[in-house]
Amino acid sequence: MIDKIVIANRGEIALRILRSCWELGIKTVAVHSDVDRDLKHVLLADESVCIGPAPSGLSYLNVPALISAAEITDATAIHPGYGFLSENADFAERVEESGFIFIGPRPETIRMMGDKVEAIKAMKTAGVPCVPGSDGPLGNDDQTNLRLAREIGYPIIIKAAGGGGGRGMREVHSEAHLLNAIALTKSEAKSAFSNDMVYMEKFLENPRHIEFQVLADEHGNAVHLGERDCSMQRRHQKVVEEAPAPGITSEMRDRMGKVCADACIRIGYRGAGTFEFLYQDGEFYFIEMNTRIQVEHPVTERVTGVDLVAEQIRIASGMPLSVKQEDIVMRGHAIECRINAEDPRTFMPSPGLVTHYHAPGGAGIRMDSHLYSGYRVPPNYDSLIGKLIAYGNTRESAIARMRTALKEIGIEGIKTNVELQRDIMDDTHFQTGGTNIHYLEKKLGL
Amino acid sequence: MDIRKIKKLIDLIQESDVAEIEISEGEESVRISRASTVQPQQQYFAAPQPASAAPSTPSFASEAATTAAAAAATKTSNEANAVRSPMVGTFYRSPSPEAASFVEVGQQVSAGDVICIIEAMKMFNQIEADRSGTVKAILVEDGHPVEYDEPLIVIE
Repeated sequence: MIDKIVIANRGEIALRILRSCWELGIKTVAVHSDVDRDLKHVLLADESVCIGPAPSGLSYLNVPALISAAEITDATAIHPGYGFLSENADFAERVEESGFIFIGPRPETIRMMGDKVEAIKAMKTAGVPCVPGSDGPLGNDDQTNLRLAREIGYPIIIKAAGGGGGRGMREVHSEAHLLNAIALTKSEAKSAFSNDMVYMEKFLENPRHIEFQVLADEHGNAVHLGERDCSMQRRHQKVVEEAPAPGITSEMRDRMGKVCADACIRIGYRGAGTFEFLYQDGEFYFIEMNTRIQVEHPVTERVTGVDLVAEQIRIASGMPLSVKQEDIVMRGHAIECRINAEDPRTFMPSPGLVTHYHAPGGAGIRMDSHLYSGYRVPPNYDSLIGKLIAYGNTRESAIARMRTALKEIGIEGIKTNVELQRDIMDDTHFQTGGTNIHYLEKKLGL
Repeated sequence: MDIRKIKKLIDLIQESDVAEIEISEGEESVRISRASTVQPQQQYFAAPQPASAAPSTPSFASEAATTAAAAAATKTSNEANAVRSPMVGTFYRSPSPEAASFVEVGQQVSAGDVICIIEAMKMFNQIEADRSGTVKAILVEDGHPVEYDEPLIVIE
């Protein structure tokens, strides 16, 4: 087992990783920016190293500082969490070249999945169903592009190969707008991702976002842990996630899950990963793969009983998976509400001093948060301050428990989206289940 | 936090079964540990063994604790005038193990003079004085790791 881990992240996920390290008897090094000295996990870690000033570029994205911190603490491995450098193939490579273990997939895998065109090619070869599309980058010939779009059928969407997570995309509803849309998306992509490669896909008008969790070790084992429904989104940011996805049958789950696990073996995947699909009219369409632990991993943990972060660490230590496919059963229902430090109406970030914090509890309630009374939420990073997870034997029970937890939770001194989450839990369409990715924005009148 | 208070705390530890005490007063804090095989949490670390310099490992006997505690109390007042580390790495006082230190306490330095080296990822970075003055204190031991913004050398 790995001896000492540098937790190259902050906030709630850093605390999550620290807790798994404690459980496994692994020493922890918390690296942090100077404004993050009072983060909960920094105060709890065995060692801490200040790696730079507040701006992420000089701290959490500062590769030399991170590797240097691992050197001076004599760490064995680096866990990148999510966001920041977790899907940066160059970082993973530098970490390994410097003699440390990167807790995640191999650099070449990260690189392949980071290029959305390559990822789709790899998935097609692996037999994973994809959205009908250009099957490759768009060239500069206008006639070819017009023909491609006609074959796919409008509406279509232009996507940047270097994008992902909702960035670098443009919908096109009619032929008249196609060529301009391609040109615009290319120049935006060039400036945002230093890569103007774009591709085309059919635009699905009412899809749900359903993703499959996988784990793969270095002994040739790969398993899937079922799906999550993350359709409740605003501006491509997930707000509520749940497992399992309402309406998905065990036949669909076993079939798609197996496709994903087999794809892992085929591409030599290592670690935890998520295959994201758009689901419409009974069909799944692969859109991208996330080669890291995800924010919403707790709902899968709750319904399968598997500790995903602990498995990541075990896999990185060279151990085989602690579960086999036949051991994995989805029991009950779990819902996660993301708690953000933001104005519930305008969504403007609301950093500041948390004068009072009370975490909800009780049967089936899990609160993953780094908050404490007296903690100051800095303005320099994203607004996620906690995840509230409710579990029940049925979806109704999970919703009922989430309601009580949202009533009990106390966060004073800053604004949060707790009120919005209460509204969603009270929403009749949400309660029926199966709302698509446009639902929340429609509900909010956006 | 004055030295008498700290001495009292040390006496307390020695007389009792308490293994470790940490007291905070405003921005200052002092931790005093009984000599033990378990390393208490600290913001610095036992230095990894660099090939060049022999590091001095911090000792946890109570005499050393007194000196460390006294140093900790005076440290906070010096920090305002200290040149701080711009990076994470290992601090060295001299360009090589056999060579003389760049600066000694009492020495006059001018802005731009090299006062120490911080080694990070096998690269040796020369750290320059950001002001002229006299070296009042060297706050980090040779070969010890430093973090970003850590006070290194006091120049007044």
